[in-house]
Amino acid sequence: MNAMCLAIPGKILSITEHTDAAFRMGKVGFYGIVKQVNLCMVPEAIVGDYVLVHVGVAIAVVQEEEALLTLSYLDQMNEVDELTTPSL
Amino acid sequence: MKHLTEYRNPVLVYQYLEELHRITTKAWTLMEICGGQTHSLVKNGILDMLPSAITMVHGPGCPVCVTPISIIDEAIYLAKLPGVILCSFGDMLRVPGSKTSLLETKARGGDVRILYSPLEAVQLAVENPGKQVVFFAVGFETTAPANALSVIHAHKRHLSNYSILTSHVLVPPAMEAILKDDESRIDAFLAAGHVCAIMGMEEYYPIVDRYKIPVVITGFEPVDLLQGILMAVLQLENGQHLLQNQYARAVNRNGNPMALETIHEVFEVSDRTWRGIGNIPSSGYEVSEYYKQYNARTKFQLSVPFVPENGQCISGAIMKGLQKPVQCPNFGNQCTPENPLGAPMVSSEGACAAYYHYSSSSINNNDHKVISNSK
Repeated sequence: MNAMCLAIPGKILSITEHTDAAFRMGKVGFYGIVKQVNLCMVPEAIVGDYVLVHVGVAIAVVQEEEALLTLSYLDQMNEVDELTTPSL
Repeated sequence: MKHLTEYRNPVLVYQYLEELHRITTKAWTLMEICGGQTHSLVKNGILDMLPSAITMVHGPGCPVCVTPISIIDEAIYLAKLPGVILCSFGDMLRVPGSKTSLLETKARGGDVRILYSPLEAVQLAVENPGKQVVFFAVGFETTAPANALSVIHAHKRHLSNYSILTSHVLVPPAMEAILKDDESRIDAFLAAGHVCAIMGMEEYYPIVDRYKIPVVITGFEPVDLLQGILMAVLQLENGQHLLQNQYARAVNRNGNPMALETIHEVFEVSDRTWRGIGNIPSSGYEVSEYYKQYNARTKFQLSVPFVPENGQCISGAIMKGLQKPVQCPNFGNQCTPENPLGAPMVSSEGACAAYYHYSSSSINNNDHKVISNSK
């Protein structure tokens, strides 16, 4: 059982559209495991996108560029030098 | 997908740690809201590596931990009713109610099923038209869209045998309740990334302004957490109080509009009692009047009496950041995951369980020393 607040990123492998958007489903791969996931809350998501899945429902599309943004903070850490605080 | 390798990259972790050690000049206390973050901090040994001036205290973001005994008793009552299938996330089964747990109820013949998703419970209702299926809808904002969607699915499929028993709580009112506590000594919050993926950022600006406290929306991987801690400490060292978003890869300012629409369709804001903390006004969700036939409390006319907390469990002080798990005299002896006195020792997100399972000997030994010295 995964921690309930955690959402796990997975890749959309296929999408089954439904006449009622509330039932839009897809197959999502998580590191080798494939699960049926409801996709109604990520209407923009297409096959190949990464989504965060929480208790069977995709709650966000994760952009790879945004994932890489986090890493750019490392470069920005030079700004930290502006702090006039002494090193420990 | 680079996520897991890059966000667990030891080189990055050490670079952030080095920077954190370099900039920290004063003692700061930070609270991470989410139990998932607590587990990541403890499991990955991050607490041991932080500068000694930085204290992480562990917030109330464990849905299992804050569900009051009375609601667990409601679930147990339902599980004992003939013809009812009570479905729950696995974490809830071993949490003690006033007399027993859902697991014991199941062992004695109650039809209790562990499910991964509330949508599976709807399917179970379709397959069992002669039974009443109740989903124990526990959670924070992250879980609310899925639980609400289950009600919408049941409604669209004209199911009369599906309902949910809610124990739905909200982060911002709990943050305010903690800050208003006279004993609170929290200098900054790491807000829960996945909650904000749903809700967006707007509701945190008033807290930042009113209490002049830094809030950094933060993810769950070691690199996320260290970056969130660094951003918060940088603000503190600079005398700033801003809302910042470390978890921009999943959180945008407005949250997920479809998820919010689903929540607002099914739920209305309600007062909630938090186990260990008490009643907090407008701090949770209940099924709205329009969907009341899917509210198990209405459907089964529940009137389970209020039960006070187990006095031996200090979960309230732990979730408000006033005490650490190992400062509880029952930790690891009277209270273990096998025989829990309170919910934080049960849940996979509970702070006590995290310390019990993962905590390094140095954390335990140091904290035990403090306790033994104080005796």
